[in-house]
Amino acid sequence: MSDEAFSDINGNRISLDCQRHSDFCGEFTVSSPKLSFLKVTGCTCALWLCAYTIFFFTEVTEVLSVAIMLSLVGMMGHLHFLKIDHESLLVIGSLGIQMTSSYASGRESTTFIEMSKVKDVVINEAIYMQRVIYYLCILLKEPLHPNEVGDIVPVFQSCKPRLNCLIEIYKQCQEILAQS
Amino acid sequence: MVLKIFFPQCCVQAESGLLIGRWLPKHNSAVVLAVIHFPFIPCQVKQYLCQLQNLIKLELAIVGSWSKAVKGQEKQDNFMEDLCTIFPQGDWLQMYSEKGKRGFDCRVIPRNGTKTMNNDKNVVIIHYDQRKVMLSQLHPADGLVLGSQKNVSELTMVFQTVSQSKELFHSDKYDEGPFKVTHWQSEGREASIIIELCKQASVPVCFMINCFLTVWFWMCKSRILNLWPARFVSSKLSTCVQLSHRAEQLQIMSNPRKTSEHLEFMRKGNIFLSFLIDLALGLLLISWLYRENCIARLADMLVPAADRVAEELQQLLQWLMGAPAGLKMNRALDQVLGKFFLYHIHLWISYIHLMSPFIGMILWYLGLSACLGLTIALSVFSDIVALLTFHIYCFYVYGARLYCLKIYGLSSLWRLFRGKKWNVLRQRVDSCSYDLDQLFIGTLLFTILLFLLPTTVLYYLVFTLLRLLVVLFQGLFHLCMDLINSIPLFAMGMRIFRPYRLAAGVKFRILQNDKERPLHLLMEINPLTFSAVLKWYRIPTYSCYPKDSWGALCKKLFIGELIYPWKTKHTKTD
Repeated sequence: MSDEAFSDINGNRISLDCQRHSDFCGEFTVSSPKLSFLKVTGCTCALWLCAYTIFFFTEVTEVLSVAIMLSLVGMMGHLHFLKIDHESLLVIGSLGIQMTSSYASGRESTTFIEMSKVKDVVINEAIYMQRVIYYLCILLKEPLHPNEVGDIVPVFQSCKPRLNCLIEIYKQCQEILAQS
Repeated sequence: MVLKIFFPQCCVQAESGLLIGRWLPKHNSAVVLAVIHFPFIPCQVKQYLCQLQNLIKLELAIVGSWSKAVKGQEKQDNFMEDLCTIFPQGDWLQMYSEKGKRGFDCRVIPRNGTKTMNNDKNVVIIHYDQRKVMLSQLHPADGLVLGSQKNVSELTMVFQTVSQSKELFHSDKYDEGPFKVTHWQSEGREASIIIELCKQASVPVCFMINCFLTVWFWMCKSRILNLWPARFVSSKLSTCVQLSHRAEQLQIMSNPRKTSEHLEFMRKGNIFLSFLIDLALGLLLISWLYRENCIARLADMLVPAADRVAEELQQLLQWLMGAPAGLKMNRALDQVLGKFFLYHIHLWISYIHLMSPFIGMILWYLGLSACLGLTIALSVFSDIVALLTFHIYCFYVYGARLYCLKIYGLSSLWRLFRGKKWNVLRQRVDSCSYDLDQLFIGTLLFTILLFLLPTTVLYYLVFTLLRLLVVLFQGLFHLCMDLINSIPLFAMGMRIFRPYRLAAGVKFRILQNDKERPLHLLMEINPLTFSAVLKWYRIPTYSCYPKDSWGALCKKLFIGELIYPWKTKHTKTD
């Protein structure tokens, strides 16, 4: 069990938590930073100021209530649908790989890929805007031709950890995959 | 290789006994289905297994033994090991829970008898909720057909095994039998009186609906309704289209055969619920329409509204006949077109006035159609709108025809102007030498057409805009109807209230993390997302929309083809 600090591709601090439940089962969790208080306050203030300016000129009170509702709904929507708190990868030898992303509101979306469909786990290089980034991905088998690579499923899509973090996860993943 | 044991949660608390289950071929895993308790007679167990195998067509076996720690009782290890010689099928799992410890241990004794004690770390015990797994339906992610037999994955096999062994779960602990069995229904079978009553009631209801439908289809097939004008009109009236769609759906729903397939069952449920919702909304509409005599007021409003539209149109035509927006039109053509359209409007107004005494009554009877459903009422309303704006449609057709003729004439004369012609046989433009007379006449016609074009374009533009407005209005109604027709309410409700019934897959959670003992995982069902529910279970409807893209629509508008209702083109191939 280890808990270390790494950074993502934008330089924000993220933490990696590796848990080995047994020889053939490991869980890797990457947590991204919490929603910053300043950003939330800034956005809300900006929205309310805009609404107040409109109210000042038009003197329609509905604008203010709409702005408050909008900020509340927007906040909830952001927490429920966009802000991912942590992403985890659960590798169980000879059973499968499970990816979970937990949103800030507590919602979890999970995908499980059976081991019979998985070909390999690799680190890929990709051009992203004007940078070259690395990402961990699961190679799936082509359903009709099991020796060829079909789809590619990227892991940790929202956290985007840097290479040193990915290598750590990759090594342990390969260890587990080799044992089963 | 890791051995996976799928173990039902309900059996964790069971008394000691034998484990009934199935070894999954090709995968190193076993699915435990139930526990048979002591005391039993081995040959009776074997007989029971044989009967079960015949019933459910699966290779069930005694996969191992289960011993629960009880106070003041010696470990029965040796006895349990001896049991494996009585039931020699595959490997033997020996599972035992210990006092004061969570979870339980497992030991594997291979078939050949040599004890391997060190491999119990390579065992994963996966707990599953038997009820949920039995009732759920897996939806493959890559959109393959449900239940296709090729490349069955391990999890699919687990789900199939559990759902096929329904017969095993039929006996509960109150039954008289040679031995007691623990599984999810052992406390008593689960059933609902309401559902059973509904099943009983559905048989005569289906029969009646079927009788009614046979009469209906026989009437539809009668010769009078299949004559050309009747068929043409009925294919253009959205009420008739919607009625026939509903009749087809009723026929699917009231099919007396028992549905075994999941997709068919869901389709029936979806159709039934959309029917019910439709009827309920229709009755609501009726209660509103007839309570405060809204319909009479509506009828009173309708004729003045139609009059008003006609008046506005007359004013528009007057404006077009002058100098609209300061444009200088060809006066003679402008007057001719304007008078033609004005006369048309005059005809229309007199027709409306002729109808006006009866409109209240007609509306009153048409309003009753809402008891067949909101969609029928909406389509009737859309038809009324179409009939009341028939003059706009006529104007649009005249304008479009004129414009189309001019555009075609201009394009062919433009080819003549350049010394070319359209070769019909080869479907291409060839060069051609014209006489001087031909060229002269052609150029003259080209000039005339070109100078008359702006007037026609103006009329065409105005009437097309009017027509588009009406089509948009009708399109809104059709959209509502399509929404009611196609939303899979049954699947949605199932997703909300019984999320495990529609499974997109599974998810695992670590239950126990003890290095010395086998790993315990909990298998939960991952429900389908709502978008996937829509994708899988949307009720197919008739398409009342043209399939054109926006670009194709603009092109059609530009060359003056009719946009809606469109004519089906038969492309000639030779």
